[in-house]
Amino acid sequence: MSADYALAISGLNKSFDRPVVIDLELKVRAGEFYALLGPNGAGKTTILRMVAGLLKPDAGSISVYGIDAQRDPIGAKSIIAWVSDEPMVYDRLTPLEYLEFVAGLWRVDARQAEKHSNELIDWLGLRPHANERCGGFSKGMLQKVALAGALVHDPRLIILDEPLTGLDAGSARQVKDVLKQKVAEGVTVIMTTHILEVAERMAERIGVINHGRLAAEGTLAELRARIGRETTLEEIFLDLVAQKEADIAVEAAA
Amino acid sequence: MSFAPATLPWFAAHEFRIAWRDWLAVTTGGKSVRSIVLFVVLALFYAGLHLLANALMTPWINSGIGPDKQTLVLITGTGFLFWTVMLSQALESVTRAYYARSDLDLILSSPAPAERVFAVRTGATAFGTIILACLLASPLINVLVAHEGLHWLSAYGVLAGFGAIAAAISVLVTVGLFRTIGPARTRLVAQIIAGIVGAGFIIGIQAIAILSFGNMNRFQVLQDPQFVAGMPDLGNILWLPARGAMGDIFDMALVVVFGLAALSLVISLTSRSFATYAIAAAGVAAARVQQSASTRPFRKTSQRHALRVKEWKLLRRDPWLLSQSLMQILYLFPPALFLWVSYGQSAGTYVVVIPVIVMAAGQLAGGLSWLAISGEDAHDLVVTAPIHPRAVLIAKIEAVLVSISVIFAPVLAMVWIASWDLAWVTAIFVAISASSATAIQLWFRVPMRRSMFRRRQVASRAATISEALSSIMWAGCAVLAAGEEWLALLPGILAVVVLIVAWAISPKGKRV
Repeated sequence: MSADYALAISGLNKSFDRPVVIDLELKVRAGEFYALLGPNGAGKTTILRMVAGLLKPDAGSISVYGIDAQRDPIGAKSIIAWVSDEPMVYDRLTPLEYLEFVAGLWRVDARQAEKHSNELIDWLGLRPHANERCGGFSKGMLQKVALAGALVHDPRLIILDEPLTGLDAGSARQVKDVLKQKVAEGVTVIMTTHILEVAERMAERIGVINHGRLAAEGTLAELRARIGRETTLEEIFLDLVAQKEADIAVEAAA
Repeated sequence: MSFAPATLPWFAAHEFRIAWRDWLAVTTGGKSVRSIVLFVVLALFYAGLHLLANALMTPWINSGIGPDKQTLVLITGTGFLFWTVMLSQALESVTRAYYARSDLDLILSSPAPAERVFAVRTGATAFGTIILACLLASPLINVLVAHEGLHWLSAYGVLAGFGAIAAAISVLVTVGLFRTIGPARTRLVAQIIAGIVGAGFIIGIQAIAILSFGNMNRFQVLQDPQFVAGMPDLGNILWLPARGAMGDIFDMALVVVFGLAALSLVISLTSRSFATYAIAAAGVAAARVQQSASTRPFRKTSQRHALRVKEWKLLRRDPWLLSQSLMQILYLFPPALFLWVSYGQSAGTYVVVIPVIVMAAGQLAGGLSWLAISGEDAHDLVVTAPIHPRAVLIAKIEAVLVSISVIFAPVLAMVWIASWDLAWVTAIFVAISASSATAIQLWFRVPMRRSMFRRRQVASRAATISEALSSIMWAGCAVLAAGEEWLALLPGILAVVVLIVAWAISPKGKRV
């Protein structure tokens, strides 16, 4: 049953000037921390943008907690939060004004939204800047405001595309702590990252995307077993990507 | 041809190459067919301007142009009006030289002398100002050359001299602002000054015409015998540029030499400080703005109202909106003054103000719509929110139209005091003009950062031209409808045709 999964993708295809996502099958369990890895241009961001409703698939289905994201996009969006590597924040709003706006868009009760916003502001260390416009904020601060915006409506599925890019160690730690806490509360997190150490430490399962296809998937132990040696995720990742490149070269030659 | 690196000609070649490629990319999109079409359209438009200039100037030429005081007053006054627009454009360009980052960080962090970059960019500003001025004035000058003789070609020299003076003054104003009010406010204040200079003088003359002659014709002032009689004698230095434009080579050369000398002097005096101010300008982006701590609790609101409130907050806090819309708002001043002066007169006199109000409404609505619809900084956030895209657009359009209503309500109230019927006609056409401009922005919407507002015309020439044409047509339709003329149907039909063509060629928001 797709309702058992936070995300169930089947036969997903997307092409721009070339195929970017090809017949993708992917399932993420509810309450799981899932890391999506892959080299640049592998199609990770395209997959997640289709899940978030930012891109229309050419074919295939996307189900979010049993809701068909294409038939009922509003229903699916109401339980999803999307955080990209470029924080989606208004320069001329303060963090509190921004959170009030996001709460309004997700129809969160005003009193509950205010309480939750203030908790998030404190939790993410934004209190001294709560009444400053976001325009002069550093990348790390903007990313924290965007994350607060993603959490203010209590999503069941949080999708993050390279959320740690450009963050200093302190900000990255805060973001990771928030995500761990959310997973502990039963929220599903799907994250793309190039920082393999983060995926190694935080993710329960890891999917490796290459050339628009799922090249491998499993826990770290399962991935190690697949390549047949005890090694780091970096070695596994490079090995899997190299394998895929070799397969494609053989296919092309044939 | 290549120059030694980091020399003045090398920087000039670099700037020219970048500017040329930018222009080609914006105008042709790299497509040769589009280049040919653009060239043909521009050539036809340019030829049309010459025909229009010929029709306008033939009566004046036939009446005989001599070096008399009335002619010198008319040429000097018209030239001065033209120069204020050149100054406004130069101010805008010079400010950009300090604030535009693109390759400035690279150049300032290199061992190349920053003074040379500044000298080249100021020179490019002067050159750009002169070229644009020459292009705009060329139909008038060429008609004079054709009818009166080659001596009128010296008007181009006078334009070049005044272009250089405009660039020099712009640099002095910008540096003065940096010194007095600091980099955080220089850009905004310079934009406002550019807006006031560009529109202010023309509007001032118009105001004088209204107060003195009871109409909005600015040239009436320059031709008034009393005004001409009060001007200095023929030998006065004030008439030197006009004499230069009319073919006195010595006077023209004086203007050119004076302009170039002033520009060179200003560049040499201010170029050393360029790196300092450009670096200070770079720090402005990192400055934080404190809002007063809000004690107001979060309000229960609908999704659409949340979007409207967000748009109003962002519009109110937009630093460029004021300066960019200043001209449109300033142009409302003469009609308002005219209404006030003409209070109690017959309704016929008020007809003059209707097109100005209708056109200003269209232009302002175009700007506000672009900011609300295309200038969405958190595009992904709004798209991933659980709200239908149509509801988002409706909320944004509502935010724009409410803003337009608030701005135009006082002007409409003044018309209403004068004539109830005309107020209705004006209100209807303000609504139509604003809605048309909003619809065009809706069809041509492309998500961009709000900070790109100043380049919105560049992003879509078709949208800009359609917006201007529809505003003009509705203004014409309004004035004829107010006069109860059946001819009002003609501009009305043309406005609808403009909208249909705009809709047909637009991507209709498919890119969003």
